[in-house]
Amino acid sequence: MNLSGLGLVGAQLPGAIPAQRVPVSSGQLLAACRLGWEQGSRLVALWISDDRDRARGFCLHIALHDQEGVTLLEYTIPDASSAYPDISTIFPAANRMQRAAFDLVGVASESDDQRPWLWLASWPIDKFPLQRDFVASPKWEPGEETYAFVKVEGDGVHEIPVGPVHAGIIEPGHFRFQVVGEKVLRLEERLGYVHKGIEKRFESLRIGEAHRLAGRVSGDSTVAYAWAYAQAVEAIADAAVPPRAAWLRALALERERIANHLGDLGYLGNDGGFAFGLAQFSRLKEDVLRLNLAAFGHRMMMDYVVPGGVASSLAAAYAAQIREQCPALEREIRILRDIYDEHAGLQDRFRTCGRAPPDLAQQLGLTGLCGRASGQEFDLRCDFPLPPYDVIAPRKMTQTDGDVAARVTVRFDELLESLRLCSALIDGLSDGEVNAPVPEPPPYRLGLGFIEGWRGPVFIALETGPDGTIRRCHPHDPSWSNWPVLEHAVIGNIVPDFPLINKSFNLTYSGHDL
Amino acid sequence: MLTILRQIAVTGIKTEAMPAPADENIVVARLQEEVLRTLGRALTIRQVDAGSCNGCELEIHALANPYYNIEGAGIRFVASPRHADMLLVTGPVSKHMAIALRRTYDATPDPKLVVAVGDCGCMGGIFGESYASLGRVANVIPVDVAIPGCPPTPTALLQGILAAITAHTPPKAEPESSSRTE
Ligand code: SF4
Repeated sequence: MNLSGLGLVGAQLPGAIPAQRVPVSSGQLLAACRLGWEQGSRLVALWISDDRDRARGFCLHIALHDQEGVTLLEYTIPDASSAYPDISTIFPAANRMQRAAFDLVGVASESDDQRPWLWLASWPIDKFPLQRDFVASPKWEPGEETYAFVKVEGDGVHEIPVGPVHAGIIEPGHFRFQVVGEKVLRLEERLGYVHKGIEKRFESLRIGEAHRLAGRVSGDSTVAYAWAYAQAVEAIADAAVPPRAAWLRALALERERIANHLGDLGYLGNDGGFAFGLAQFSRLKEDVLRLNLAAFGHRMMMDYVVPGGVASSLAAAYAAQIREQCPALEREIRILRDIYDEHAGLQDRFRTCGRAPPDLAQQLGLTGLCGRASGQEFDLRCDFPLPPYDVIAPRKMTQTDGDVAARVTVRFDELLESLRLCSALIDGLSDGEVNAPVPEPPPYRLGLGFIEGWRGPVFIALETGPDGTIRRCHPHDPSWSNWPVLEHAVIGNIVPDFPLINKSFNLTYSGHDL
Repeated sequence: MLTILRQIAVTGIKTEAMPAPADENIVVARLQEEVLRTLGRALTIRQVDAGSCNGCELEIHALANPYYNIEGAGIRFVASPRHADMLLVTGPVSKHMAIALRRTYDATPDPKLVVAVGDCGCMGGIFGESYASLGRVANVIPVDVAIPGCPPTPTALLQGILAAITAHTPPKAEPESSSRTE
């Protein structure tokens, strides 16, 4: 992103992903965001850190990205009582991020919407966990808040509250539907139920061990998070990763994508009334997980990616099995894809259901897999191909219909592409070390990690403290940008289609609630 | 239609044909016996995510795949705690979920079993106790059996569920069991 028009110059941040950090004054903040928007930048994350102990007040960080890389705008807020400009007027997804930043750090934006977002009355409303002088009290009891949902009024309009405990085996969250007959007029989400203090927890861990916590921000994306975290550490420590380790990380990341896409395609069939699909795809997914256990030591490959490389090498016998599994899976997936495509009942449920058209997707910043199904052509693996993606050259899979059918199609396309990538990764895998020592990162440095997980771009901003401690770590899931779009995609659909639409987005609660 | 039937036929019955680690099939068979012997009918489970990272949920989902085929063993996941014999609870209990978890527990008819799942459910896991987390499930509701693991494998989950129904002798089984069958 080019900010020279505003007289701003960025300082390059170290690391694999091209990134610059740009200090801005209050007058420049909105102008820089607007310029970014005009240049096609997208909002990645917004967070605040408490730097009062270093006599710097609070620092608002806004991460944007475009085809050139990440631009991190940094704006100093002198004290907690001064508000900062409302970014959501330019990037709508900033609304919830700003509210969450207030709940945790206690610095508000100038937005009209000051409802809490991650705060649900479990700690005093005037205490802010990420302020450095915060001390939790065991006396604080879980409480209940009254949230100001927007109500639709009119003849025959009624309200359906759902959750936080849902009917299926899914994460908790609250949905408030305003409906007339079966038709959804409005959906409002209320999240935050699985907030378990992850950012605060990071600050009590050492840099060398926190990849385990990163890998548990959202369990379904454990490889993506652990890799993003490792990338941030390696950027600060200026550590190189052995080539074989980079290839094995990509292999793990693609197998994570394969497992999740297989699972989703099964459930999408099931929610479309086709239980056969669930039985078949969940069987294939289990095959992948079992081989993961043998080859990587864990079914979901948790704790496999570590700073400096990966936890273990890949035995030749398992490499061969993974290589064999690729064409075997591909054969079955092609058969199942034909069955899905030709199944009139299923296609009837999928097509035109839960649409997020490209212009809306662009406006709201829909990202990752859902974004690609709505014409948003971003994929970090292709846009910033780090080793080994520069060699294996993934193809970007996009659709423009933005409905459930498009999200199903993108999953099928990416699944087959990931199988091709896994074959290429095994074929091109070099011998050698899989881990290199990481020197202790210097204090007060910032490092970024940015990895295209199966759901979308996973972002981690890590700031080091003295003696191997973590001063601040902000993990950011693509779901932050996508949850608000789900509210729009549901409008005009019937209530019974909600589970299907929701599943086609398949967003994380844990990764969002932190 | 023909392709669907062909695919079903070609796939075969995976629950048996699978070259699985030896104990997996045994666990399922024992579980089925125990469900029948102890409960005399199907075991119904209400799963509650009280704050997990969603990793445990993925493995609970896996129980339904053809390899583990938990429904084949007479176990069903139900949508309401009022229909449940057992609560399968994951996560460190986030403070925000504590009230919902207690309400779910209260809504489950006696005698009820509670199984805490995962390192987080058993002892708070990596998240521990904090301003936002109450740690292990037993800190919030009584727990009968805890299944460690991060996440526990489907086999470990089956073994834990089995342990819960074999070990559990409901205090007032006779009078109260009738209220569960309504
Ligand atoms: S036990 Fe592990 S997988 Fe389960 S919720 Fe905790 S961190 Fe996630």
